[in-house]
Amino acid sequence: MAETLAGAAAANVRAYRDIGLMWTRAAMAYPASFWMMAFSGFVVGGLDFVGIWIMFHTVDSLGEWNLREIAFLYGASGFGLAFADMLVGRVERLGDLIRTGRLDAMFLKPLPLLLQVCADEFALRRLSRILQSVVVLGVACTFVAWSPVKVLVTLSMIASSSVIYLAIFVAFACIQFWTIDANEVANAFTYGGNAVTQYPLSIYPREVVTGLTLVVPLAFVNWYPALYVIGKPDPYGFPDWLRFASPLAAVVLMALALLVWRTGVRHYTSTGS
Amino acid sequence: MTSTSSADGSLIQVRDLHRTFTVRRKTSRFRGVRDEVVAVHDLTFSVEVGEMVGYIGPNGAGKSTTIKMLTGILVPTDGSLSVAGLDPSRQRTELARHLGVVFGQRTTLWWDLPLRDSFAVLQKIYRTSPERHRANLAEYVELLDLGDLLDTPVRQLSLGQRMRGDIVAALLHDPEILFLDEPTIGLDVISKGRLREFLRTLNAERRTTLMLTTHDLQDIEALCDRVIVIDHGTAVFDGPLADLHTQGGSTRTLVVDLVDEAPAISVPGAVTRRVEGPRQWLSFPADASAAPIVAAVAAAYDVADLSIQEPDIEDVIREIYQR
Amino acid sequence: MAGLYLSVATRAFRRYSTYTAATLAGMFTNCVFGIILCFVYQELWSLKPHAGGYDVKEAITYVWLGQAMIMTVLVWGGGPTNDLANRIRTGDVALDLYRPVPLIGWYAAQDLGRAAYHLLARGIGPTLLGALLFDIRWPGSLGAWLAFAVSLPLAVLVSFAIRFLVASTAFWLLDSSGPATVAWITAAFLSGLTVPLVLFPGWTRDVVLTLPWATFIQIPADIWLGQRSGWHAVEGLVLGAAWAGVLLLVCAFVLRRATAKVVVQGG
Repeated sequence: MAETLAGAAAANVRAYRDIGLMWTRAAMAYPASFWMMAFSGFVVGGLDFVGIWIMFHTVDSLGEWNLREIAFLYGASGFGLAFADMLVGRVERLGDLIRTGRLDAMFLKPLPLLLQVCADEFALRRLSRILQSVVVLGVACTFVAWSPVKVLVTLSMIASSSVIYLAIFVAFACIQFWTIDANEVANAFTYGGNAVTQYPLSIYPREVVTGLTLVVPLAFVNWYPALYVIGKPDPYGFPDWLRFASPLAAVVLMALALLVWRTGVRHYTSTGS
Repeated sequence: MTSTSSADGSLIQVRDLHRTFTVRRKTSRFRGVRDEVVAVHDLTFSVEVGEMVGYIGPNGAGKSTTIKMLTGILVPTDGSLSVAGLDPSRQRTELARHLGVVFGQRTTLWWDLPLRDSFAVLQKIYRTSPERHRANLAEYVELLDLGDLLDTPVRQLSLGQRMRGDIVAALLHDPEILFLDEPTIGLDVISKGRLREFLRTLNAERRTTLMLTTHDLQDIEALCDRVIVIDHGTAVFDGPLADLHTQGGSTRTLVVDLVDEAPAISVPGAVTRRVEGPRQWLSFPADASAAPIVAAVAAAYDVADLSIQEPDIEDVIREIYQR
Repeated sequence: MAGLYLSVATRAFRRYSTYTAATLAGMFTNCVFGIILCFVYQELWSLKPHAGGYDVKEAITYVWLGQAMIMTVLVWGGGPTNDLANRIRTGDVALDLYRPVPLIGWYAAQDLGRAAYHLLARGIGPTLLGALLFDIRWPGSLGAWLAFAVSLPLAVLVSFAIRFLVASTAFWLLDSSGPATVAWITAAFLSGLTVPLVLFPGWTRDVVLTLPWATFIQIPADIWLGQRSGWHAVEGLVLGAAWAGVLLLVCAFVLRRATAKVVVQGG
């Protein structure tokens, strides 16, 4: 059983890759657009960071974090968002797929629906946004006093950040199973989540941070692991073990997201709207 | 290949199928009331391996709702359903390997890529063995005359060419059942003929079961030995095309060209519908023999030419709907 | 002619007003972003109370005005100019060219109608929420209200002209999504949505305040806040009008070139 499950998972990964490659080739039919948009992805993230840099032209720290430390937060959150966006970002367009009947066509293929929805119009150019985050994170990492555990925590932070954003993309896109036009709500949690976590959570009221820990656990994307890696006190005095809990939060959130997706699909097949 | 028929041997089995929708009707911008709408009810039919079935009915009759249930897109409200021995909604991905589906108005091909690439990725999606894929591709490309177009991006193909491409795409994994939704819509006469010819060959050689919904009744006449007519969510007719004519009270028409103009012909068993110069149109029941009528006309008049027009299926169906 | 444009604009207004769920969803997102930025700016202005010449209340007000303007001037692109880009790609634009109304006017009227809807639906909601949750500043005089009201259509026209030029690239590139991406990134940064333009350091501040994107958020906000008043406000409005005029002229020029090309190629 475990073996066939692993086999099926591998087959699905291959299918995603094959469909993704096909869309990449299709995108290459318009090379000017491809490169322009790839470059733009790099610039978008870059300008976002320049924005923060401009603020630091006026102040030396925000929430008692300096620019180098904030770059660490920025890179970790940005990487997760960009990675999830490349892999499953198209789930945002679920409503369009329903409206145009393309989702129905996906029911007719022997692959999981979620895989098909996410692989649809896969855009390799989004790699540039990932790259931009890697650059910022890489630079930020040169200022960290490393230890083996910190390396481990950092790696798990990057993986967890990606999985948490994957889950958020999927879960909030499901709203469109019920309200086809409401895709923008998801933006508040994906891009909004990225905007919140670009800054140290110490600038927000305690209630907000509690919400970001327990309700929409975006604090695990970078804040808690960064407290450990950079060696900062938690201004809110939450338990220390939270600094290592990112993988747990990621797994739980992903499971919830898949549950929401299944509920959404069930709603769709039982209402046909 | 796994066994694909249900307990009683039918490839598609539909019993007492029901489907209702809750529709929110807007009464103002923010308010609405909920209405129950019955899309399909008491629908029962089965399809055997190798049949070619026309599934027809007016818009909103429940055609697409049925097809959505048969393909696992919609769960029935009530009743039982089995396709290729599988429960469509529960075993969707498994069922997908047994089905080929073609939408006349939508393409599943990659718009910006050559046909060849779309076909290649389908081989990977369905995990068809490379040998089978190659053999099928070669055969269908030959039959549908797509050889020169394999390297053309889909966006540059004509509608007819794209349609043929979509049909190949739906067949590469050797489906036992092919659903066709308005397959000839928008095509010119030659393309239509060619497509029908291909589908007949496919059915004859591979025993592929065909189920098509269409507004083009020539498709039905050319392809289907059996017709299911659905109206208001339930089957109002299920049987051979010939019986549809009897049921619909359909008539055949004898067109008589006389040597000279004459008043309306009067012979037993036929009614003269129209007189236009020396030409007259006589109608008689579709299941009656034309011979005695022809004999009676020939005996009483100087006849230059005779021809018989088959009943128009569209009239027949309209007749059934009106009951 | 004016009546015709008005009816085109009214139709666009109605068309956009049919998407109630989308509007509510968008407002929700604007509000979330607004709240996040307010916390950031509160922190920043508590550390440096007069950054960019604003006090904290003005900075907070700026946040909500920015959220209100995003859809009004379509910082992210979209709107009727998107339809235009699609029509160029499919060749349907040939039909637009044969309309008795000038093509630019036709689309500009639609865009103004759309902007009016977005200002009412997506602008006022978040601003009121901002006023409710935080302390915001209102225009201090009738003159400020009037000048602000004038600055809005100018902002829309400048934004329209830029988006029109972006859509026009489809005449040559077929797919204008690349230029569209470049355009929204530029707009997001240079309109003052990412950071208020008044925070830009040194000479860069003077430069960005004269670019067309400054008319999107920064100039209307400064008029609202009273940072620009009297002649200074008029100066801001003249800048908007000048950019709108120049860019629309460029649009007309580009369209003429494109039309010649369409006619030669037969679409």
